Amino acid sequence: MSPLLIKNGRVIDPASATDMPADILIRDGVIVAVGAGLDAPGARIFDATGLIVAPGFIDMHVHLREPGIEHAETIETGARAAAAGGFTSICCMPNTLPVNDNATVTSYIIERARKFAVTNVFPIGAITKNSAGEELSAIGSMKAAGVVAISDDGRPVMNARVMRRAMEFARSFDLPVIDHCEDLNLSGGGDMHEGYESVRLGLRGIPASSEDVMVARDILLAQATGARFHVAHISTRNAMAMVAYAKQYGLPVTCEATPHHFALTDAHMRPYDSNFKMKPPLRTACDAGAVVDGIVAGAVDAIATDHAPHPGSEKMQEFEKCPFGIIGLETALGLALEYLVHTGKIPLTRLVALFSTGPARVLHLDRGTLAVGAPADVTIFSTDLQWTYDVNQSFSKSRNSPFDGHSFRGGPVATIVDGAMVWRRE
Amino acid sequence: MPAGLLGIEELDRAEIEAILARAKQFQPVQDQSQKKLDTLRGKMIVNLFFEASTRTRTSFEIAAKRLGADAISIAASGSSVSKGESLVDTLNTLAAMRPNAIVMRHAASGAPHFLARHLAMPIINAGDGTHEHPTQALLDARTILDRRPSLEGLRVAIIGDIAHSRVARSNVYLLSKFGAEIVLCGPASLLPRELAQIAPGVTLTNDIREAIQDADVIMMLRVQLERQHEAAFPAAEYFQFYGLRLEHLALAKPEVIVMHPGPINRGRELSSEVADSQRSVILNQVENGVAVRMAVLERVIG
Repeated sequence: MSPLLIKNGRVIDPASATDMPADILIRDGVIVAVGAGLDAPGARIFDATGLIVAPGFIDMHVHLREPGIEHAETIETGARAAAAGGFTSICCMPNTLPVNDNATVTSYIIERARKFAVTNVFPIGAITKNSAGEELSAIGSMKAAGVVAISDDGRPVMNARVMRRAMEFARSFDLPVIDHCEDLNLSGGGDMHEGYESVRLGLRGIPASSEDVMVARDILLAQATGARFHVAHISTRNAMAMVAYAKQYGLPVTCEATPHHFALTDAHMRPYDSNFKMKPPLRTACDAGAVVDGIVAGAVDAIATDHAPHPGSEKMQEFEKCPFGIIGLETALGLALEYLVHTGKIPLTRLVALFSTGPARVLHLDRGTLAVGAPADVTIFSTDLQWTYDVNQSFSKSRNSPFDGHSFRGGPVATIVDGAMVWRRE
Repeated sequence: MPAGLLGIEELDRAEIEAILARAKQFQPVQDQSQKKLDTLRGKMIVNLFFEASTRTRTSFEIAAKRLGADAISIAASGSSVSKGESLVDTLNTLAAMRPNAIVMRHAASGAPHFLARHLAMPIINAGDGTHEHPTQALLDARTILDRRPSLEGLRVAIIGDIAHSRVARSNVYLLSKFGAEIVLCGPASLLPRELAQIAPGVTLTNDIREAIQDADVIMMLRVQLERQHEAAFPAAEYFQFYGLRLEHLALAKPEVIVMHPGPINRGRELSSEVADSQRSVILNQVENGVAVRMAVLERVIG
């Protein structure tokens, strides 16, 4: 493949505190030069005038549904949607059929991704066998096979003793433990955030406390075990405060926030529209504000989508019957720009860090930088491009997005993975 | 009025007043020996009940027939629903047979609202989960107004399992729009604090005596055991602390009326003495159900 020269962009690389107009030269899948006025005879040129050139974005929380639930998504379609959202790496949660709780499934996912995914795919292994919350899964051999973290996302470990052992075991293999923090006894049967809106709509509530008590439990267990603990999709004011406190205290605690949890609240929900139904649920304006404040204060390490595809037939039901989750890969950057950058909450460099160096650091990935010699994963995006999201044009197999028809200012323009341009805006 | 009737929350005063006024005109029809009008002759109404119901379903059926319409009632058990068909498919199938309206009861809150977005057919909500039961609130208002000149300024105590009650929500919305003072009462586990904000004029109390004090109207709610997914309150203590007994009535206004959406559970929500007392208007509510539903059907498809 001929070299690729990205000309005249604004290069933002938080890993090296770089923010300057520069060119980037890529050869053989590796970044070989970053600087002004680069020239490379025979290279393909990408003119990035007026655009941001950033390290490839990493989404550390997606559901690819393969193996087993391919009618909702496949590794191929999920990765295409990721590329169209500016992501060069995605981490897939283990709640497939079968559950990714052993090295065979891990290897299968990696093999399928190598063949069919346009992005890097890093699997996350299950904490417990079949994510049943009882017996620890084959964590060591999954790590050897390539998982970058463990999580029982969606079926959180209720037994604190099991979680303690999991943290101890994960620490032995230097893997972070990602918890979908939800006390299932408190949240059981709930369909949306418990509060004024749920009372008004007559829907059963998922109280904020169901998240808070588990974040508290896991922070204490992380302290006791020394494990790296990561809070998935943080959504409440109290959870945010506890994570900030744990960080202040020097504990190896990190967290991610989803775009929908800082962009939407329970009051935005179109009544009984399951494209607004996810876990954790859309919380109050106070909670969403706390997530934004956490991002501003540096308590949030990564923006992750929790991309959760479900086929239309499953989302076209009575609200209480519909599965939880929305797709989010293609709208994440647009929403982050709209709610965090255009509002003046954070500078662009911080936004880039939340999508790149942040998740790379949580997962100890050798990605998320534009350093010379690094794999050439590059996200090129605009901060002012006007575009409208049409979910029916999504690369995902599923259509469950609350942002269909939403108009954005700024979004991805081109996605480069290991030196190959895998997506480019038409 | 929009295409159907989904809830009271979205109705304005004028629409509610029009239905109540029309219902009053329909009241005498109930006492005539020839009860059938031809207002809706040739129209077809499907009553689709996904949840057991005797009085509401019968009441809608009678209302439709008194207006000259044809009415068909379908219960979920024995229908395609029990064969695994989705709700949308069931409704689309029925809609393809071109009825003029579908009256629907469903155990899931919002089920009719969800369908209304995907169906070009008027839907009348006959109770959705723990959300709304608009015709119940309308017939309750009709029943109160048969005895009081106006709803404004009335003190209405609604007592029982408020959290799971669609009757309570619809009544709160309606009474609030007309300036009534509404006291909601129940144990804290059945009385979420957020209820105080759902409409102007609402206050909460956990003390039944405080709720009844100076009340013009007492509405007792059924204990919705089938909607409680756990024991939110020890059942044995319910009547002792939240059941309505004759001695309570002394706290209320002398002309207080006692209402209940039925079916009543003697000895649980209220004592037999109260249910059978002069103060009880429970059977008047049932009677007004037909007149109010005639008015609703006429407005929706007339």
